[in-house]
Amino acid sequence: MEALLSIVTGMLFMVSMYFILHRHLFKLILGLILFGLATNLFMFVAGGLTRGNSAILKQDQEVAIEPYADPVPQALLLTAIVIGFGLQAFAIVIIKRVYQVYKSNNLDDLANNDNIEH
Amino acid sequence: MIFIVLAGFITSFLAPLLYRLLGRYVYVPMVLLPLAIFVCLCSFLPEVLAGQYVQQEYVWVSSLNINLQFYLDGLALFFALLISGFGTLVMLYAKGYLDDHPLLGRFYLYLTLFMTAMLGLVMSDNIFSLFVFWELTSISSYLLIGFKHKNETSRTSAWQALLVTGGGGLALMGGLILLGIGNNSYTLSDILVNNGFISHNLYLPALILILLGCFTKSAQFPFHFWLPNAMEAPTPVSAYLHSATMVKAGIYLLARLSPLLGGSEVWQYTLLLVGGVTAVMGALLALQKTDVKAILAYTTISALGLLVTMIGLNSELALEGMLVFLLAHALYKGTLFMVAGAVDHSTGTREVQELYGLGRQMKPVAIAATLAGLSMAGLLPFLGFIGKELLYEAALEDPAKELLAFAVTFIAGSVFACIATLVGYRLFWSKSTNSSPVKHAPGAMLYLPPLLLGTAGLAFGLWPELLATPILHRAAQSITGNTELLLELTLWHGFTLVLGLSLLTLLVGLLLYRFLPRLHQFAPALEAIYTYGPNNLYHKGIAGFLNSSRKFIGWLQNGYLRSYVATIVLTFSGLVLYTTFRNKPELALAEYASLLKNTELYEIIIMILMVAGLIFLMNTRSRLTSIVVMGLVGYSAALFYILFGAPDVAATQLLIETLTVVIFVLLLHKLPAFTYLSHVGHKYKYIFVSVIFGATMTYVLLFTQQHAVGSPLKDYYGQASYLEAHGRNIVNVILVDFRGLDTLGEITVLAIAALGIVGLLRLNPEKGGKR
Repeated sequence: MEALLSIVTGMLFMVSMYFILHRHLFKLILGLILFGLATNLFMFVAGGLTRGNSAILKQDQEVAIEPYADPVPQALLLTAIVIGFGLQAFAIVIIKRVYQVYKSNNLDDLANNDNIEH
Repeated sequence: MIFIVLAGFITSFLAPLLYRLLGRYVYVPMVLLPLAIFVCLCSFLPEVLAGQYVQQEYVWVSSLNINLQFYLDGLALFFALLISGFGTLVMLYAKGYLDDHPLLGRFYLYLTLFMTAMLGLVMSDNIFSLFVFWELTSISSYLLIGFKHKNETSRTSAWQALLVTGGGGLALMGGLILLGIGNNSYTLSDILVNNGFISHNLYLPALILILLGCFTKSAQFPFHFWLPNAMEAPTPVSAYLHSATMVKAGIYLLARLSPLLGGSEVWQYTLLLVGGVTAVMGALLALQKTDVKAILAYTTISALGLLVTMIGLNSELALEGMLVFLLAHALYKGTLFMVAGAVDHSTGTREVQELYGLGRQMKPVAIAATLAGLSMAGLLPFLGFIGKELLYEAALEDPAKELLAFAVTFIAGSVFACIATLVGYRLFWSKSTNSSPVKHAPGAMLYLPPLLLGTAGLAFGLWPELLATPILHRAAQSITGNTELLLELTLWHGFTLVLGLSLLTLLVGLLLYRFLPRLHQFAPALEAIYTYGPNNLYHKGIAGFLNSSRKFIGWLQNGYLRSYVATIVLTFSGLVLYTTFRNKPELALAEYASLLKNTELYEIIIMILMVAGLIFLMNTRSRLTSIVVMGLVGYSAALFYILFGAPDVAATQLLIETLTVVIFVLLLHKLPAFTYLSHVGHKYKYIFVSVIFGATMTYVLLFTQQHAVGSPLKDYYGQASYLEAHGRNIVNVILVDFRGLDTLGEITVLAIAALGIVGLLRLNPEKGGKR
């Protein structure tokens, strides 16, 4: 299971990188989102997989009893997802903005500012 | 002694202020400062002349062995007196030369800064403070050469001088530190007592580095080229820095270290060879030049070469001769530079072919020039004569090196005689029907300092035992390390072989002078050789360096996001693969194969869904479809989180995924439509980079799992979650309790992102919104 999931994560990384390398603005966003997703999965898998048992104490327990999922990667993951969302939303809006201002969907055109209307 | 240095620094930085207050009379305090220093240094004379030395120490950064230690023995005092005495005259002369220059205050700042640094250099006892002062002289020299900063040649020359001497300075630092390590002390006076350093295995590297520093500073071949170019500086600077003091810093250090480093064959032959080549080359080049300052610059190089040769001979006689010649040279060359400046000031030209018979219009300058010229030619009864006699004696003393040393001395001496006739005689006294027009006679400040210096050359020659012997005696003792050494200077040695050689030198010099016009005609034909000279090599090197760095930056920082990303990714993958390749850790894939049996069907279905989504995503041309597929991939990931015991993460992922899709759809009509922009050929490059990256990440992930490091954190949170924080959902407890501050930071980030988004959305130039 872990091996398969690792390969899927690698594929996610691969596709995201493929999109990021393109010149198209829209593909850049797609690539960024996929990259975030891949990173999250990477962290999750690297933290160790525990099938089923979540890191929640049952009503009659005072301390957690094995087996239970490692809560630390999960806490990191939650933070990462939320921050990643902030980044994605910002990226989407800024790319929309760039598209409006530059009238171009090509990243390479951003190297000069000839298209900006003042 | 620290007060001398402090007073110098403070006064130098006050100079621009004083200029604002006093106007052109700023020169009064600036002249008084070196004079006061000179007098102050004279108060040390009795002590030093009695054979003692003065030592002072101020703790600075003692943990790094960097202290302000000063040490005043015969050699240091000799140089210090030379620097401050000469400084007084130059300060005066600078006023006459620059007169109403609007940047006079700044000029005095640089000049005083230099003088102070130079004083600090010769008095330093700590090798680090020595280095600091050494570099300060380079920097102030840079500022002074580039004083006419609107002139491009000035700037280039200044830059060149700084690069060459500064580069040498770095080598020197390395050498001094090796010296310190090898002798286990960073105090110069302690190091010098150590006799066995020659056999130390750090000796050779230290020697090479120190010699590099000294040779660049003292313009030895092949680093001589910066000195003629440095003549772009105003003439007071040329007189002071580039003939009398700064270029002698290298000589000073060689002399200072000769008891420690001298005596080996490497030392002797390197110095003899480099000094000899420099002396002969400088002399020959001087004959070809027609600009007075250039001629003087090349003879200076030649003289410096001669000094190095003498240090290389390493006998007591040679070192004495070196000291006397150094003093004589400083006196006459300084005078001649000042004379050249005065002539330039009055006539507006420095070309010897246009200058004849100026003597009648500027008598005091002419007298100064003649006095200096006579000393330079080595005539009785000037100090130059004594110097030359000693040089010959020293050269002939050692039969092994006799020929080389004699030839060098003879060639340089003849050329000196020739140049002396040119500058001291032809410029001023030659009878010509049309003497050059003099626009205005030089003022007192232009002719008094050279006149004084020129007369000093005569006075030192007439009464050497009174004026020069005592201090030179102690200086020679410092260099040789022999306290028994006696140095006696007498003007008249009787009719000896050396006297005959002196006369022969004069004769050859006059002969050369006779053929000088022809040499000058012939000189342009030699230009072709200089294309391969160090100066041109330097310029080519600098141009090539700038060019290649421009290309490199253009290539590295090309402004394309994808090349940055690709570089980062490939570097990362390369490093990971390199480490793997080097350490050869084992990745047991067989273990994973057995684990595969442990896979449920629904998990495989989700994975197939994800992979299919990815493949679809790569082929689709519709933006809406790609957003939907992105959502699908995100939801599949969320399903995994649920399956492996992370319901909170899954919930968040689902929410976020939904929100992202919503935002996307809302803004969809404002986002660019899909078109394929990249070059088709590039696609394969992208695929290559992506595959490498994906494969590396997979590998890292597999590897991390196989070599998992246990963490006590899981147990700690499992224990403490309910008992300490009273929460049953451990992940939530971590976020809001144990790591509450981190969550606060996270919320802040989100708030900032939200603010940015709102700002970007409201900014609406088309509809006349706020820009």
